[in-house]
Amino acid sequence: MVTEAASRPPHNLPGLDPRFSRIASVPGSGLDAGLTREWHYLDNGDELARLGLPIAGTILAVHGNPTWSYYWRELLTQSVQAAEAGAAAAAAAGDASGAAAPAWRIIAVDQLDMGFSERTGIHRPLAQRVADLTAFTDALSLDGPVISLGHDWGGVVSLGWAVDHPAQLSGVMLLNTAVHHETGKPIPAPLRLARARGMLAASTVRTTAFLETTLALTSEPLDPAVKDAYRAPYRTSARRGGIGGFVADIPVDADHESYSELDRIATAVAELDLPALMLWGPRDPIFSDYYLDDLIGRLPHANVHRFEGAGHLVAEDVPYADSVLTWLGDNAASLADPGSASPSPREAIAAASASTDSDDSSFVPLWRNLDERADDTTTAVIDMSTRGQRGPQQVSWRQLSDRVSQIAAGLTAIGVKKGQRVSLLVPPGPTLTAVVYACLRIGAIIVVADAGLGVKGLTRAVRGSWPDFIIGEAPGLTAARTLGWPGVRISTAQLPKVSAAALGVSYSLRDLITLGANTSLPAEPRAEDDAAILFTSGSTGPAKGVVYRHGQLSALRDVLARHFEVTADTGLVTGFAPFALLGPALGTRSVTPAMDVSSPRTLTARAVAAAVEASGGSMVFLSPASILNVVATSGDLTAHDRSELERVHTFLSTGAPIGAELLASAATIMPNATPHSPYGMTECLLVTDITLDGIRAAAGGTHTGVCVGKPIGENLIRISALDSDGAATGTPSTEPGILGEIIVSAPHLKDHYDRLWLTDRAAARETAIDTDAANAADPADATTAPDAPSARWHRTGDVGHLDELGRLWVEGRLPHVIVTATGPIAPVGAEQDVEGVAAVRRAAVVGVGPHKLRQAVAVVETISPTRKPGLADPELTAAIRASTTLPLVAVLAVPQLPTDIRHNSKIDRTRLSEWAERLLAGGKPTAP
Amino acid sequence: MIVLITGASGFLGRAVAAEAVAAGHDVRTLQRRPSGVDGVTDFLGSITDADDVATAMEGVEGVIHLAAKVSLAGDPHAFHAVNVEGTQLVLAAAEAAGVSRFVQVSSPSVAHSGSALAGVGAEPASPEHARSEYARTKAQAELLALASDSDRMHVVAIRPHLVWGPGDTQLVGRIVDRARRGRLPLLNGGTALIDTTYVDNAASGIVAALHRADIAHGKAYVLTNGEPRPVADILAGICLASGVQPPRWSIPAAVGRTAGSLVERVWAVRPGADEPPMTRFLAEQLSTAHWFDQRDIREALDWSPAVSIDEGLRRLARHER
Repeated sequence: MVTEAASRPPHNLPGLDPRFSRIASVPGSGLDAGLTREWHYLDNGDELARLGLPIAGTILAVHGNPTWSYYWRELLTQSVQAAEAGAAAAAAAGDASGAAAPAWRIIAVDQLDMGFSERTGIHRPLAQRVADLTAFTDALSLDGPVISLGHDWGGVVSLGWAVDHPAQLSGVMLLNTAVHHETGKPIPAPLRLARARGMLAASTVRTTAFLETTLALTSEPLDPAVKDAYRAPYRTSARRGGIGGFVADIPVDADHESYSELDRIATAVAELDLPALMLWGPRDPIFSDYYLDDLIGRLPHANVHRFEGAGHLVAEDVPYADSVLTWLGDNAASLADPGSASPSPREAIAAASASTDSDDSSFVPLWRNLDERADDTTTAVIDMSTRGQRGPQQVSWRQLSDRVSQIAAGLTAIGVKKGQRVSLLVPPGPTLTAVVYACLRIGAIIVVADAGLGVKGLTRAVRGSWPDFIIGEAPGLTAARTLGWPGVRISTAQLPKVSAAALGVSYSLRDLITLGANTSLPAEPRAEDDAAILFTSGSTGPAKGVVYRHGQLSALRDVLARHFEVTADTGLVTGFAPFALLGPALGTRSVTPAMDVSSPRTLTARAVAAAVEASGGSMVFLSPASILNVVATSGDLTAHDRSELERVHTFLSTGAPIGAELLASAATIMPNATPHSPYGMTECLLVTDITLDGIRAAAGGTHTGVCVGKPIGENLIRISALDSDGAATGTPSTEPGILGEIIVSAPHLKDHYDRLWLTDRAAARETAIDTDAANAADPADATTAPDAPSARWHRTGDVGHLDELGRLWVEGRLPHVIVTATGPIAPVGAEQDVEGVAAVRRAAVVGVGPHKLRQAVAVVETISPTRKPGLADPELTAAIRASTTLPLVAVLAVPQLPTDIRHNSKIDRTRLSEWAERLLAGGKPTAP
Repeated sequence: MIVLITGASGFLGRAVAAEAVAAGHDVRTLQRRPSGVDGVTDFLGSITDADDVATAMEGVEGVIHLAAKVSLAGDPHAFHAVNVEGTQLVLAAAEAAGVSRFVQVSSPSVAHSGSALAGVGAEPASPEHARSEYARTKAQAELLALASDSDRMHVVAIRPHLVWGPGDTQLVGRIVDRARRGRLPLLNGGTALIDTTYVDNAASGIVAALHRADIAHGKAYVLTNGEPRPVADILAGICLASGVQPPRWSIPAAVGRTAGSLVERVWAVRPGADEPPMTRFLAEQLSTAHWFDQRDIREALDWSPAVSIDEGLRRLARHER
């Protein structure tokens, strides 16, 4: 290999401030003992010193292969900008002490043989690279706390440095990297290819193939000028030797020279008890979620954010520098003083699941009834759905209890452990019910995503949650096989050997029962253990995994039981899966009516009546989409059906709020039932509740929006007012009549989002609400437990207001708020006004024009549908304008409003707004 | 204040003059025909005649310069003579007479390049991108006026957008006439959002600019009702108020533009008595959005429109009956 001294990068590289460029002479170590090596690196320390800002710590950033310190340019720049802004803010606040937010010095090295550092001509295995980095920091006499930061193979090198400097290290940050590879598992295909005999030098050194392939690993193509900047230090094959060296140094198996060093680092990382951050681009053919999952296992306390859609060069795809600086700020105290955190990060997560201060006596696990009724031969679950071709399937409490125990033992026998994730690709029915309770019982975390997400959404959900096991039927398992979903595959049905082999299925449920015959069950999980990951519908961006602990699921069951007075005799008829699953936990019989459970619109009125008759149920749960069809088919009901339906005393519409009319027409077929329309979301399934009478009482007043009633049980609601920018910045309050983001607290609120640290942070932003003070002023909350100040709060992303009676009015989604020149306007109120016009069937109010200058437009579906999309006729326009106080710049009529397929009832306002924008700019009148 | 208003015999000029009189100013006007406005002193003459301008300017403190050749097509030299050279004369005379406030009444078309404008502010006038002789020369005039802004003479440019109202022969008259003859197509269904200005609002805004020149000077502002509407809504509103059937037929915008530029060329060779039925400029005006950010002007002039579009249409209907 060729040698060459260090040099400076060209001055005109986009985003790189040349003032940060440095060259240092470093006495070598290891293979370089006695030699001096020249390093090129970026350092914003002098710039911070020039500004006179105190430095809290140093970030030691290590690039991967084949990038260079340019990868971190944005962090250097933003760190200086943030420090300047902080100093300016402190000065403006008259803070004479100059106690600005601490500044972070960023040092980003070009590893030897890489970037603009020296070309040494010596092969540098991992141990040497770790020693090199130590030599570099020694030469710089780097003092004060250091947080390591690494990407790709730089992640490994940075962690090597980290574990070797325990006294100085105060935290670790990682972007797409890996420290461990299971022996025997093939390494990722692109690397196999690059390392193939005869290919290595050709792909990495003689040609730019490896470099160019890496530069293509972004979600959007890189700016050509940025690509060129990455190529700058690697113009000639002589300068690319390091790229080949790195690829050759990948420890593919235990015989590799760097294997033991990697193993040493991986083992030591699992002992680090310091704040950790991982930012991940999952669209990475090399450092996939497999490695993220491994790292989370080693650093379970880490803050992790997966940027859905981002690729290997995650720093080019997402505003990572923002995230890094946010995290540094959040953890400033313990990062500035290594090891000062008390409890330490590992102690903190251990404490969270050690239940020392929680009141375990109130925790009744979901499976308790199954234990207690193990000898009860009465019916627990009935499945009348069209899937059971042999007529309704009935399962007694004893059968269910036995089945759950058997599956739980079987899962234990094949090695499923507490905290491991089990993805369930099983449609609702008795099998799903049994599998769910078996997993919960042994502490395995169930991962549930609605098939409505579609294959793409499901793939994201399954890969994102990285399950250890998948339990499914043939279609789900086929998808798992074809799409390469992770997890040991378990089939609900006994498959022929050939099919099982083809689907990569390791076990069937029957196998599990056999295998578990002599296995005793592990200790029960506790209230603080994770229980479930439920995926959101994905109607507001990529579906998110919502993590519930056992205590929170039990709280959900308890609030449902208390609020709706569910007893053992109630009997639930439910076409809505989450509540169907709660039947056994509630200790009452549950029945799924005849329907295609994946398509709520297939439920008929007669099927509901038959389910009521079969179960003796008196409580009916229906989703909004199924209510439409139940009402539409109510004419088919016989006199006998109708008399059965008289038995129902409670009816719940579970999903998006529906209008009083639809609720009332559903109620007419259940004349003795009180109709309820609770409000909730995946993150908090029951927030408020309102009855049909309540809806009618609320109508006709001056309030805008959908009245969803008062908080259920101990739930608390606050409103964070919208500012003139449309952002929810107001201090959360119960003041009536203020439009803002709805914030909720409930015992059954989700714990957190899975691997979405930034989303978690945003959902809990500024929700340190002093409930004691609020309670003093608000007798309605007097029942709140005394420890309420520590209540967990969640920003729902919904907007609305409270009224004088404490009722909540929902007025739309935060992203659908129209920010006009005179302030933010939520769409739902005006939509209701417009829907009051006789000729209008459905309406959406959306904004057009620039932010803070948006104009409201009504888009309507008329009773007699228009043929072509375009302006409504003048008479209708005038009537619609007159119906609302919101100034409407235009009224558009369309044959059909675009409806979000994931929610049959939700209009896709985002798409509609973009369409209206085009049309009203003078575009061709296409369909929305 | 002694105020000179040029072009006060036009539709907007009369309204501005009346508004200035109502505000208590001593108002003079300069144009070839009598203004017909009560309470003003008419100086009859041309703004292209230095003597006429100097005479009218004597002792004046504030100027509202409205006089212009307004037309969709025609001889380029005639536009230049009135709109550019005439403005130069008026500016020079105003400076010479020690005028302290000068309102240049301009047009949003001075910065309209033909693309859709949604919620924009007043972009700099740009003669090189103008889409008609009128727009080109008005852009030059505005640049000249703003270049004359100084501590001694505060210059504000106001660009009222599509002014309409009772007695308007320019916009309302043509729309009604063409609709009556079935020569008013909608382009792309007439969905483009446009801002318009009811005449009383334009007049009160322009007089407000004179009052607030000390604060607002050195800049151009687009002035509108702040109520964007689809073109078809506006046309229908004006037609219905005038008792005419609104346009029902729509042609694709591209066809309209092509037809417009074709007709424009034919018209240039054989000018008729009336405007051409469709010019490229008009086709663009009728098929692309152009509505504006009104926050700046309302703050700078401490002014807001008093008459809504709906109220304006009611007044128009009353007037037409």
